Amino acid sequence: MPDTGANEAQVPFVVENPWERLQAFTDARIGLGRAGVSLPTRQLLAFQLAHAQAQDAVHCPLDSDALASQLTNTLSLTVPPLRLHSHALDRAMYLQRPDYGRRLNDDSRARLQTAAMDGQRFDLAVVIVDGLSARAVQQNSAPFLAALYHAIQQDQSDSEDVWRLAPLTIVEQGRVAVGDEVGDLLNADAVLVMIGERPGLSSPDSLGLYMTWAPEPGLKDDRRNCISNVRPAGLSSEEAARRLMLLLKEARQRRLSGVQLKDRSEDSVLEGESGGSGSTRNFLVAD
Amino acid sequence: MAQTYHTTVGSRRYRFEGLAELMAKATPARSGDRLAGVIADTAEERVVAQMVLAELPLSTFLNEALIPYEQDEITRLIIDEHDARAFAPLKHLTVGDFRNWLLSDHATSEALAAARDGITPEMAAAVSKLMRNQDLILVARKCQVTTAFRNTIGLSGRMSTRLQPNHPTDDVTGIAASILDGLLYGSGDAVIGINPATDNVAQSIKLMRLMDDVIQKYQIPTQSCVLTHVTNTLEAIEKGAPVDLVFQSIGGTEATNRSFGFDLSILAEAEAAAQTLNRGTVGRNVMYFETGQGSSLSADAHHGLDQQTCEARAYAVARKFSPLLVNTVVGFIGPEYLYDGKEIIRAGLEDHFCGKLLGVPMGCDVCYTNHAEADQNDMDNLLTLLGVAGCNFVMGIPGSDDIMLNYQTTSFHDALYARRVLGLKAAPEFERWLEQVQIFQDVGACQLNDQLPAAFANSLRHLPRGGSRDA
Repeated sequence: MPDTGANEAQVPFVVENPWERLQAFTDARIGLGRAGVSLPTRQLLAFQLAHAQAQDAVHCPLDSDALASQLTNTLSLTVPPLRLHSHALDRAMYLQRPDYGRRLNDDSRARLQTAAMDGQRFDLAVVIVDGLSARAVQQNSAPFLAALYHAIQQDQSDSEDVWRLAPLTIVEQGRVAVGDEVGDLLNADAVLVMIGERPGLSSPDSLGLYMTWAPEPGLKDDRRNCISNVRPAGLSSEEAARRLMLLLKEARQRRLSGVQLKDRSEDSVLEGESGGSGSTRNFLVAD
Repeated sequence: MAQTYHTTVGSRRYRFEGLAELMAKATPARSGDRLAGVIADTAEERVVAQMVLAELPLSTFLNEALIPYEQDEITRLIIDEHDARAFAPLKHLTVGDFRNWLLSDHATSEALAAARDGITPEMAAAVSKLMRNQDLILVARKCQVTTAFRNTIGLSGRMSTRLQPNHPTDDVTGIAASILDGLLYGSGDAVIGINPATDNVAQSIKLMRLMDDVIQKYQIPTQSCVLTHVTNTLEAIEKGAPVDLVFQSIGGTEATNRSFGFDLSILAEAEAAAQTLNRGTVGRNVMYFETGQGSSLSADAHHGLDQQTCEARAYAVARKFSPLLVNTVVGFIGPEYLYDGKEIIRAGLEDHFCGKLLGVPMGCDVCYTNHAEADQNDMDNLLTLLGVAGCNFVMGIPGSDDIMLNYQTTSFHDALYARRVLGLKAAPEFERWLEQVQIFQDVGACQLNDQLPAAFANSLRHLPRGGSRDA
C-alpha cells in the first residue's frame, strides 16, 4: 500500500472558500468549503459531534436544588423559590405529552394555593421552567434575573410605579403555558416564563422569555410576547431585561399582551435614521 | 347528521363514529394523532378504516363537513369556493377510485390542473391516506404549479431554494455573511427570507431594507421576505418599507388562525396592500405561507380531526391568496407530532402531494429538531424523494444549522447534491444570473466556480477589520 497521505494533502480535493474570514461575524456554518459540491470530511464530523451533544443536552435534567440556592444568594431572596413540577413524570413522557407539561401536578397546585391563601395580588410572577434545555435555565437564570430586578428597581425609582413581585417559582418538566396556571394561582396581573428553548447545534443554552398579561389556564400563544435567545453569545441579559421592561410597562398600561401589544423596543432604530438605510450598512452593499 | 360507518373483518365488527373518526383512524401512524387520542387502536383497525374510506363516494365530503360550516370560516371557504364543474368528471368516484384515477394515464398534468378547483382538501387528505409513498411521489410529479414574482418557480425539472440567513441577534453583518455564502453556493431563487430574532415592525423594516439593498445592488432576480406576523408587514407597508412578499404561518381551522392572531380578512387586506406596491417583474404572486402538521392540535384547535387533514385544509387558505410559495415546515414542530425520521418523511410527502393536487406551489422545509428521533440521513432521504416528486423549493442554510431557530434543515450543499443527482435546475431567471456573475463555472453541470466572482471579491474588500461584531 502506498502512503497516499502526503499526496492527498497536495491534491485539492477540497475547495476552500476565500470568504472563510466572514466566520468572525457569525456562528452560522459559512465558508465550509466543499468536496465536489459536498461537505468536506472535517466539516461533516464537526456537525455530527454537535448534533450528538445537542441530543444529549435534551435529556440532561435540571439541578433545581443548585438553581434555587444560587438564585437565593444572587438575588438576596428572603423566601427561597417555590419548587414545582408539571404533570409529566419524566423526560420521556414530557417529550410525548406536551399537554402534561402545560399543567402542574396536584401537589404543586396545592402548594401554590396555600402560598396564595392570603389573597394578596401581585403585579408580576416570574416562573422558571426547564423546557427543552435545562442547561439554558441553569446558566442564564441568575444573570438575567439580576438584570431584571435591577431594571425593576430603576423603574420604581424613576416612575414611582410599584412592582409587587410574587414568590419566584421553578417548574420541572414544564412548557411555556404552565406559567398561566402558576400566575393565575398566585393572583398575578402578569406572568413571565423563563424557559430553556429547544437546543440548537450551536446554542444548547438559549433561554426564552414569554410575557402574558392576565394569565389563566387555557390561553393561546397570541396572548404572549416573546423575547428569544437570551444567552451570553446571543441577546445579553441586560438588553433582554431592558426590552422586557418596556413590554411589561406597556402591557400594564394597556392591560393586554400578545399580538395587540407590539414590541416597540427597537423603534429608536427607525427614529434615529435620517431617511437612509444607515443601520443596514454592511460589506455587501458598502460602496 | 354524522353517519356511523361499520364493517366486519373475520369475527370482528368495526365501528367508526362519523367521517372525522374514519379519516383519523385511516391515517398512517404518527405521534400527534396519538397525542390527540384519535389514532387507530390497532394496525388492523387502521387498514379496516382505509378499506371503508376507499368505498366512500368523494361527494360525501361536500355533504358532510368535518368542522361545521357555521363554526369555521375555512369550512365556509372550502364549500363556497368549490367548483362543481371542475368536480364533474370526479363526482361519481369513490376515494379508492380516485386513487386509481390519479395514478392512471387519464390523469395527465392538464387533467389534474383542470380538476384542481373541484378537489377539496378533505378529498386530497382522504386519498393520500390510501396511498403509499411512491404513489404520493408519482402523482405529485404530475401536478405542476408555477408561480412568479421576479423569477418563475415550479417549472418542470427545476427546484428552487429559499436562502435563510437567520441570525440570533439579527446582526446585519452576520446576516450579510450568510447571504453571501448562500449566493456563492447558488442558493436563493425561491426567496431570501429571514426569520427575525426580534419580531417587531422596526426590526422587520431594517431587515427588509438590508435584503432589498443586496438584491438591487447585485441585480438578483429574486425576492425577499421577513417572516414576521402579517400585521407587522401591513404596518411596514404603510411606513413605506420595501416589501416583496407578505409572510404568515397558517393553519387549517379558523381557531388555529385566531391563535396565530389573524383571520382571512387580514390576509386579504395584506395581499391587496402588497399588490399595490407592484414590485414583481415577471409575476404577481406576493404571499408566502408556512404550514406544518400538528399546528392545530398545538393550538388546541383541531376539532377532533387528525393532523394531516387539518394540514390539508390549510392549503385551502393558501390557494385563496395565490401565494408565490407555500412551505410545509415538516419536522420543526417536534417529536410529539412527528416522532421520528419515518413519520417526518411520510408527512413531507403527504403535504407535498396534497398541496400540489390542490394547486398550491408547495415547497418543503426538510427538517428536524434535536429532540426528535431523526438525523441527517433521514433528511437526505426526504430531500431526494421530494426532488423526485418535483417539489417547488427547499431551504438553504449554511451547514444545515439554523443558529436562530435551533433546528436543522437542508444546507446549500444539500441543494447542490439534489441538483446533481436529479439534474434539477434553479429558476430560469436566477440560473441566468448565476451564470452571468460567474458563480457557476458550468451551470448545466452544476459546477461551481473555484474562483471568487469579481463582484463579490470586491465586496469582501469592504469587510470591517478585526472581526468585531456589529451588534
